[in-house]
Amino acid sequence: METIKYAVQMRNVTKRFGSVTANDRVNLDLKQGEILSLLGENGSGKTTLMNMLSGIYFPDEGHIFINGEEVSIASPKDAYTYGIGMIHQHFKLVDVFTAAENVILGQDETEKFDRKAVSAKVRDIAARYGFDIDPDKKIYEMSVSQKQTLEIVKALYRGADILILDEPTAVLTPQETDKLFAVMRNMKKDGKSIIIITHKLNEVMEISDRVAVLRKGEYIGCVETSQTSPQALTDMMVGRATTLDINRPDPVNPEPRLTVEHLTCLDKDGVKRLDDVTFTANSGEILGIAGIAGSGQKELLEAIAGLYPVQSGSITYSPKGKEAMNLVGMDPMAIKKSGIAMSFVPEDRLGMGLVGSMGMTGNMMLRSWRKNKGFFVNRKDPNELAKQIWKELEVVTPGTEFPVRRLSGGNVQKVLVGREIASSPSVLMTAYAVRGLDINTSYTIYNLLTDQKMKGVAVVYVGEDLDVLLALCDRLVVLCGGQVSGIVDCRTITKEEVGLLMTKYRKEA
Amino acid sequence: MAKSETAHEPLIRISKREGITRTQSWLIRLLSLLLALIVSGIVIVCIVRINPFKVYATMASGAFGTSKRIWVTIRDIMTLLCISVGLAPAFAMKFWNVGAEGQILVGGIATVVCMKYFTGLPTVLLVLIMIVVSMLAGAVWGFFPGFFKAHWNTNETLFTLMMNYIAIQITSYMVALWENPPGSNTVGVINSNNEYGWLPSLFHDIPNLDFGWNVIIVMTVTVAVYVYLRYSKQGYEISVVGDSVNTARYAGIRVKKVYIRTMALSGAICGLAGFVAVSGASHTISTSTAGGRGFTAIIVAWLAKFNTFTMILISALIVFLDKGASQIASKYGINEYVSHIITGIILFFLLGSEFFIGYKVKFRHKAAAGQEVSK
Repeated sequence: METIKYAVQMRNVTKRFGSVTANDRVNLDLKQGEILSLLGENGSGKTTLMNMLSGIYFPDEGHIFINGEEVSIASPKDAYTYGIGMIHQHFKLVDVFTAAENVILGQDETEKFDRKAVSAKVRDIAARYGFDIDPDKKIYEMSVSQKQTLEIVKALYRGADILILDEPTAVLTPQETDKLFAVMRNMKKDGKSIIIITHKLNEVMEISDRVAVLRKGEYIGCVETSQTSPQALTDMMVGRATTLDINRPDPVNPEPRLTVEHLTCLDKDGVKRLDDVTFTANSGEILGIAGIAGSGQKELLEAIAGLYPVQSGSITYSPKGKEAMNLVGMDPMAIKKSGIAMSFVPEDRLGMGLVGSMGMTGNMMLRSWRKNKGFFVNRKDPNELAKQIWKELEVVTPGTEFPVRRLSGGNVQKVLVGREIASSPSVLMTAYAVRGLDINTSYTIYNLLTDQKMKGVAVVYVGEDLDVLLALCDRLVVLCGGQVSGIVDCRTITKEEVGLLMTKYRKEA
Repeated sequence: MAKSETAHEPLIRISKREGITRTQSWLIRLLSLLLALIVSGIVIVCIVRINPFKVYATMASGAFGTSKRIWVTIRDIMTLLCISVGLAPAFAMKFWNVGAEGQILVGGIATVVCMKYFTGLPTVLLVLIMIVVSMLAGAVWGFFPGFFKAHWNTNETLFTLMMNYIAIQITSYMVALWENPPGSNTVGVINSNNEYGWLPSLFHDIPNLDFGWNVIIVMTVTVAVYVYLRYSKQGYEISVVGDSVNTARYAGIRVKKVYIRTMALSGAICGLAGFVAVSGASHTISTSTAGGRGFTAIIVAWLAKFNTFTMILISALIVFLDKGASQIASKYGINEYVSHIITGIILFFLLGSEFFIGYKVKFRHKAAAGQEVSK
């Protein structure tokens, strides 16, 4: 029998950050020519582990073997020497350079930059694995998926045999994901070894040969994909069985609360970000908003919240038993002053929803600082609220004065969502409320939103995971290129149909 | 593969330090000060061959040698502190006001105008008028960069810097206008005969309390700004804007208003420093009334991490070093640059200690290094 050859073996690798142990004696094997999924909740140490392989971090303890030989990887350059290439979540490309220029960047400075030769080699790689790439295109003209493709080509150009992809599908449409997977299979056929980090279990099942699971920095185990099931993997990830079902009660007395009609918004450069958008958000219902990243979701919520300039159209708020009012032209303070209880969980949590340098108390004050009379702020009530959220949502923090910037992503989100819900809104808008959160925290958020819905709040949920959108929301507005391409009932529509709507763009009339 | 070249642990690793106690951080600062004294001692011996202990004693005597010197030192500390405190609101908003020089000068000019033209007023009234007018002048100087930043997002560093030159030109013009005696190209001591418009002594019976009012005015401002930034609604707005403009907009804070208001306030306090420098100290005006203290205050503000109480300590240290440096230069007849080297070394170590408070440095383990060799 042929002995198995391992591209990567990690033995008892440990990495600590201060008092936090991100990886605790982790073992990982990657066979040559296989696709290995690395699965784990957020904060389970997947990215840290991969960063040690790609030379960004150096392990505190443990050994790494590449093709059977022990190595020491002290820098990304070392990683390339050993044929390891990592494709990060955030692309590391120079916007004003072309694809070919980015590929050559940081390489062998002694040689003259032969644009033609580089382009030819890039085309050659593209043809071999089925990439769709133009070496002379500038980065700023590229879509997210093209940038990602370029990152992979860059790694291959530098001779990577071991590729690490950190959540590559998070930014892709279903169709683009299929394309990526086809390319990955081609690379595998060519003998490349691939590690893919992903949260999405269906993708794990689809693409990988084996699955390695981490939980809270510890190595749980590795299984053959063909021998396992999504349920079994979830159990490994979270340590106990969790139901994947989201409880979705029927809407209670839905009546129109927020009506958006013919809303059109332009950005600074005069590009249409929202194009004649019309929909209604009802009370007692969760309205989902689906679309590829950058289809106008952010602009839509910010326009409603008074943070994005409106070109034309109307946004009407109809409170229960009171006269309706148009929100266009109001800034957040005007909206608040006119007595509209609107809560908004923005996409950029620390850049818009919270003050990173302040503690929980300071962040609670963002909603209440103007409430009391006089010159001085009231810190007492916000502090009470902070303590309450700390306890009820199980926020992991040393105290209410600890800067929220230094909390983990899930805890940051708990602080933000907790505050927004605490102001008893009648409209609650959330943008990517569970992005980057682990399964348990995600469910906490889903439950909180459903509670709000049952209280008669009009909830608007912008999401990216179609399975969740279809399971959580009552109705779904699908955006494509700033236009509404469909408003559908989540109880009857299929994921494929939504996927299709997400790419159905009307040309200008 | 090129394995042996790279196959080793890096020699030095730097990582963030978590949860350092206050005592530990002050211990690090103290240690760095000691280290600075040792290093500059070696430098002194090497360059000028004087006993370093004598040099340090001379520095101390330069700042605190006589009761007159003590009061001059305190006076200078207060002026520097007042400017630093003035920068605090702007800096807390991440608005880099480097225009304190100009704001001091216009505050000083406003004070001189009062001293020269508002004749025949009782001292209390005149002093109050001078305070208000100098603060207004500084506020105007702060208003413009704030206004332009709020409406057209101009670069505040360039803008405030340019405003300095305008203020210097205006001061030159005023000096020419008020020249006394003619041809001297200085204003001379204003109202030296009747001390009209001079900040009075705090207690007339105690002759050495010359600059008591300076201390009271500046300390009041220091406490007030601390309370303002910490506990007031406007102070909260400033912190939010400083952290993230988008968050501020999201919270319904009118960012433009905060920019303008805060810069006017920052300018007003620097203008008040101009009043303190003119009416409370020099009793004259020239283009060097600010004397670079508007820039020194930036260092003070940063070292104090914008905490106005810590600024007291830092201002004291900087003024002490400055006084000490000129004393050793004159006593030993050495080049002033040598004394600047000493203050430079001390500041370098103090600034450097902040790095070791924020980060820890780990050297490669001896054992690991040994293995490397045995390979």
